[in-house]
Amino acid sequence: MAVDTTTVKKIAGLARIAITDEDAARIAPELDNILGWIEQLGEVDTSGVEPMTAVIPNTLRLRDDVIDADPLTGGGKRDQLMTNAPQGDHGFFTVPKVIE
Amino acid sequence: MTDLTDLGVAAIRDGVRMGQFSAVEVADAFVVKVAQAKALNAFLVETPDHVLAAARQADAARAAGELLKPLAGVPIGMKDLFCTTGVATTAASHILEGFVPTYESTVSQNLWDAGAGMLGKLNMDQFAMGSSNETSAFGNVISPWRRGDGGNADLAPGGSSGGSAAAVSARLCPGATGTDTGGSIRQPAAFTGISGIKPTYGRCSRWGTIAFASSLDQAGPMARDVRDCAILLEAMSGFDAKDGTSLQLDVPKWEHGLSSNLSGLRVGIPKEYRIDGSPVEIDELWQRGIDWLKDAGATIVDVSLPHTKYALPAYYIIAPAEASSNLARYDGVRYGLRDLPEGAGLQDMYAATRADGFGAEVKRRILIGTYVLSAGFYDAYFTQASKIRTLIARDFERAFTQCDVILTPTAPSSAFALGEKSADPLAMYLNDVFTVPSSLAGLPAMSVPGGLDKQGLPLGLQIIGKPLDEQGVLNAGLAIEERAGFTARPSQWW
Repeated sequence: MAVDTTTVKKIAGLARIAITDEDAARIAPELDNILGWIEQLGEVDTSGVEPMTAVIPNTLRLRDDVIDADPLTGGGKRDQLMTNAPQGDHGFFTVPKVIE
Repeated sequence: MTDLTDLGVAAIRDGVRMGQFSAVEVADAFVVKVAQAKALNAFLVETPDHVLAAARQADAARAAGELLKPLAGVPIGMKDLFCTTGVATTAASHILEGFVPTYESTVSQNLWDAGAGMLGKLNMDQFAMGSSNETSAFGNVISPWRRGDGGNADLAPGGSSGGSAAAVSARLCPGATGTDTGGSIRQPAAFTGISGIKPTYGRCSRWGTIAFASSLDQAGPMARDVRDCAILLEAMSGFDAKDGTSLQLDVPKWEHGLSSNLSGLRVGIPKEYRIDGSPVEIDELWQRGIDWLKDAGATIVDVSLPHTKYALPAYYIIAPAEASSNLARYDGVRYGLRDLPEGAGLQDMYAATRADGFGAEVKRRILIGTYVLSAGFYDAYFTQASKIRTLIARDFERAFTQCDVILTPTAPSSAFALGEKSADPLAMYLNDVFTVPSSLAGLPAMSVPGGLDKQGLPLGLQIIGKPLDEQGVLNAGLAIEERAGFTARPSQWW
């Protein structure tokens, strides 16, 4: 099996999702099945084909280099940004202590 | 007087303009319907105040002799993927439970600017990941349709825009917003006997729409007929500087351009969409669609889209890869759920929050995405899938040198029962086999009802168009609609 429990736990760690041994054991064959089905892409000859980066040709626009060019996405929104924070203090997001 | 909730978007707009009824009467009638339909679980939040405020404005504007806005007096349902100021927005996930946006998505703002009002936020598959609405953290949406076998099996309304599909089909709202990443507007529209269009990628701004797979996500309307879809799409679309992939183009007058005279139109029939083991009714439906388009003056040409069979596996690399990156933002710090186990550090908090907040399908896709992007696998999976995406887009480009639109079935079957496919993720993914290729190519595509199967359930036909040719798609859809004469509707049991 290409995807085993150890692999699932490693991926879950990278994705920052806590996972129990039982869940990892249950998910491993599911992922293995899905990734096994995806393997068929390997049979397509893609030499000389550019990977798609933009589905509809578009040019990247530049905005004026000024503060608050668009007031809706500009700055000065601290209080608004904090309204949905699970925990905040003095206008900062707070998290468990990371430095001892 | 006719039941106002039987009216579609155009009829309500016109009736309010002509004073046949007031916008408040319309809003009241739909608010009652929504409140009575809890059994469908289509709405996550009901917002009667919002819809009534818009209705009062429409009535006041009319009384003052002002020119009415394009959607004045029209109530709509809003998929819960669109951020709405002051109204809880969760993408049907626990991880966003309690999140109340302080800003409005561009698409919803465009609709309110056009005079529409919101009946509520519609249930959906969690983060738009699913084809049956069974991945919502707030319960399945139940399709208003039932099989004609006398059984009362609860059917899937399709997904991910299942709440939108159920609500429009059950006449809880005349129109609703949906989003389509791999078929999430078209497949539920087909399952519930309504119409829905996904425009060209970039027509509708993605700003304020909760992201799933950003290179694929597109908003679009779901309504009971083609004209209503055209009206709503006109209001939703338009350039938005806040979305880097927004197309800087004027919005065509799609409603004005509607015409079901298809003389001179070439309709492509892709042979790769005939799949072994698909129900004979799907083939019959497809043939009827061909006959209807011929009757409307179109000529039929056979086309080939040789990479079709690789579209679905490529999609299941690209979409989860983008999702794993987009959903990294849910970390329990800035908004949404935080799960902080006793004595946990920052990393443990992230992991606990995400384990607790995301549903099983969302986790599955994040894991697939993380795997295919991880060191040593990136080229074999993600780069290869992106190259195949180029080949799929090229297939369509080539086909469109021979034809103007492409006709296919929307889904390989009619609606399945809830629980029927939920144990097998792969079987569920295969439901999007006909809708995913055009999503990968960014093309406009719509589903219109084509008839009922033996069980009395709706089947949809899909029209795929050239980039920016929503008009061609809508017109072919209209020609089918006029000939299909689809008037079936679910009988009310809820």
